Amino acid sequence: MENLIHMIGAKFNYIAYIILMMIGLYALIAKNNLVKKIIGMSIFQTSIILFYVSTAYKTGKAIPIVEHGHGAHSVIHATDYINPLPHVLMLTAIVVSVATLGVALALAIKVYRQYGTLEEDDINSQIRIQAGK
Amino acid sequence: MSLPIDMIILSLVVVSGIAAISVKDLLGAAIVFSAYSFLMCLSWAVMGAVDVAFTEATVGAGVSTVFCVAAVFHTTRRTKD
Repeated sequence: MENLIHMIGAKFNYIAYIILMMIGLYALIAKNNLVKKIIGMSIFQTSIILFYVSTAYKTGKAIPIVEHGHGAHSVIHATDYINPLPHVLMLTAIVVSVATLGVALALAIKVYRQYGTLEEDDINSQIRIQAGK
Repeated sequence: MSLPIDMIILSLVVVSGIAAISVKDLLGAAIVFSAYSFLMCLSWAVMGAVDVAFTEATVGAGVSTVFCVAAVFHTTRRTKD
């Protein structure tokens, strides 16, 4: 029991990222409303970004900004700083996530103008009626 | 990794993520999703990723909330789940 609590405390970020990913996947599969599905997709993307930023973290180290970087002759050790490479990759992922959110919401608005509803089962039944006649 | 404030903020993130997909109102879901993005931004500032944190604060909590609210005003607020 003591061991389990210690393990949860040490890996809390990874447990939280798995929980958030499952929340997003549940919303993508089980929710009926299109805007709820899009919000679930955004939660899924954010959980992946949380995983990458958690891998870069080092306990007790400085943020990756070099003080007096110009003109100093002292040696800079990379192990004294948090790893900035996953941060730079995740900046791109955030911008891509907002772009996909905008495109998905624009498609949801077009679907609403066509069918008059945002619920997936209503849209499916209307498509089935149109195909049947 | 096991900072107490980190665990508190991530617990709030999980709670607001569950709330964002279970609110019975799309405008409310957009606002709770904005709160989720801001809490996630706080969590990244705690973990030392300041560039990711301010990009998320402007783009995630700002622009995507505006997109969601604009989409809700162009469609409808009502939802069944």
